[in-house]
Amino acid sequence: MVEAAIIVPAILNGLTTGAVYALVALGLTLIYGVLHIINFAHGALLMVALYGVYFLYALAGIDPYLALPIMIPAMFALGYLLQRYVIGRAGHGKDENVMLVTLGLSIVIENLALYLWSSDTRTIETAYGFATVDLGVALIAVPKAVAFVGALAITAVLWALMRWTDLGKAIRALARERRGAQLVGIDVEHLYAVSFGIGIACLGAAACLLLPSYYASPHIGSAFVLIAFTIVVLGGMGSFIGALVGGLIIGVTESLGGLFLGESLGKIGVFLIFIAVLLFRPTGLFGQRV
Amino acid sequence: MSQGNRGYSLSRRRFLRGTAVGGLAVASGAIAMPHVARAAAPVRVGIIHPVTGAVSYSGAQGRAGAMMAVDEINAAGGIKSLGGAMIDALLADAQSKADVGAAQIEKYNDAGVSAVVGGYASFICLATTQAAAKHGIPYVVDVGTDDRIVKAGLKNTFRFSPGYGVFVDTAIKALDQINTAAGRPAKTAVIVHEDSAFGTGTAKLLQKQLGSIAINVLEVMKHPTPNLDFNNIVLRIKAANPDLVIPANYYNEYVLLARTMLQQRVRPKAIYSVLGGAASQYKFVKDFPQAAAYIMDCNHWYNPHKEAALALRKRTEAKGLYFTYEVFLNYEAVMLLADALERAASTDRAKIIDALASSEWAGHFMPYGPTRFVGGQNTGARAVNLQVQDNDIRVILPPEFANAKPIFPMPA
Repeated sequence: MVEAAIIVPAILNGLTTGAVYALVALGLTLIYGVLHIINFAHGALLMVALYGVYFLYALAGIDPYLALPIMIPAMFALGYLLQRYVIGRAGHGKDENVMLVTLGLSIVIENLALYLWSSDTRTIETAYGFATVDLGVALIAVPKAVAFVGALAITAVLWALMRWTDLGKAIRALARERRGAQLVGIDVEHLYAVSFGIGIACLGAAACLLLPSYYASPHIGSAFVLIAFTIVVLGGMGSFIGALVGGLIIGVTESLGGLFLGESLGKIGVFLIFIAVLLFRPTGLFGQRV
Repeated sequence: MSQGNRGYSLSRRRFLRGTAVGGLAVASGAIAMPHVARAAAPVRVGIIHPVTGAVSYSGAQGRAGAMMAVDEINAAGGIKSLGGAMIDALLADAQSKADVGAAQIEKYNDAGVSAVVGGYASFICLATTQAAAKHGIPYVVDVGTDDRIVKAGLKNTFRFSPGYGVFVDTAIKALDQINTAAGRPAKTAVIVHEDSAFGTGTAKLLQKQLGSIAINVLEVMKHPTPNLDFNNIVLRIKAANPDLVIPANYYNEYVLLARTMLQQRVRPKAIYSVLGGAASQYKFVKDFPQAAAYIMDCNHWYNPHKEAALALRKRTEAKGLYFTYEVFLNYEAVMLLADALERAASTDRAKIIDALASSEWAGHFMPYGPTRFVGGQNTGARAVNLQVQDNDIRVILPPEFANAKPIFPMPA
């Protein structure tokens, strides 16, 4: 029997989790919107980012939140190089090739992580790890509250970047019309890699916000990426606002599902939404490209 | 002359042929043949664990424990009754999936293994023991606490450690003893369990038996593995406000649950787990001492008064690993098999099964009674009660193995 008093905390918990889901989905939707590929290595790269944050903390004592200015450029560089020298080259411009390359990459990265770092679960204990914000109706863990605010802020920055900068305009132009972008002098290969890099940089940010309350292990990525795919489909492939709104909806659905149906059945709501969107609104809630 | 020439020419050809064969032998590694031919043929033993997937940490720990035993046996001269035959360990990954585990057993059969050790998770063991039974391969279950594993009537399956029936019985008796000694402050409980064979089975048994010691189960909550968020479960625990929280799940989920309870300021009189995935893990105690403090657990453990156990702990830690129950149970499972191989003096599967069935092995360091297998289960196997005290894991019951006294209810 669920009491009304715990529904509000459950919704707030869903929103905080959903914001981080949205951040993971944001990278996925950007990559889809511009490159028109589904990045199957997204989960594996999130895992790499989580290990990055973990090692920065464990070896250099850098707090996960202070690691943001390191992880975002580092993951951007990794994404840029992967697209420029691995995915782009091995894909030969064919979508099916690119899909297989990203799938292969995910397998290689996960197994490499398993080899290098073993299947050991890595967690960190921070001074604020068990601190909470008392909202009266609910206690929200500080790491979750920071993740929520951080995810919204990063989404806003990314949106502004796309909307108001020359880089953003060029990326949007490329997303709409590759040939046209090429004709006006845009370096297509470079910009593809930049877009992929930004998508992966989102994972760097997500990892910094996630690690204080979660853990790093070689298979952690797959748990997030399935949800992220659902969010991208729900929000509309390539839509930023869609990723954010979709993330929040999925977070709350998952949380309330868990509350009413139990954690084992709780995710059913998420996948019902997935199927319903595919059936009745295949373009998603905000179905337009970046 | 011609004869001599022919003779010379023949001997040169022979020399060349001989050199070529020798070269090939070196290249293919067959140069070791004369040595192998003198030594006894190795005994092929399958070592299977889920070293990738959801329960990979436990699987990897289990594999490490099994391999420490194999290395030790081989270093000590192998199986003496087989002329010093080395144990050739064939490692397999069940990928945390039952079907993959069963498929690996088929490969083991093709590879001609004499026996298999491992499985770790109950849902994997249920599949692998049955697959092994089809081919009559002796199977020593390392952990797999689901009692259906040894109740399926499989002649090939042996479990040295206790099943969850024993755990639940021991845990219930110990809880009643601890609660009574403290003036019976615990009257209600919530059970949180993972939803596969191990968690569900344990929860069912607990629910049935808690009533017999006057503890009312307010709610039973299940969750999948992996489960990334325990806020909902903790909110429901908070609303139910039980005296005891009883988790039955694997490591990551146990840690997240305990951390979330601390965050949400849910402090029952005790967290009392049965086969708690993290409660009896040094890693948890080291990483989150605040969340782990005073947690009580009924689990597999070694006899803390036995030198051999302490020595193995040292060797394990020297490898940079935590000394977890997966390590020592797998070590002991391989040692049990080695004893059976010695007595069977054969690599024949049926003979090894007979040797295991009649085992009275006493060379272990577990807090067990005499080894005796009935229907594949070691009836001497026992569970012990542990508590996290002073950043260490202490045995609190039974008294003959204890090295600390229970602290209950846990301090605020």
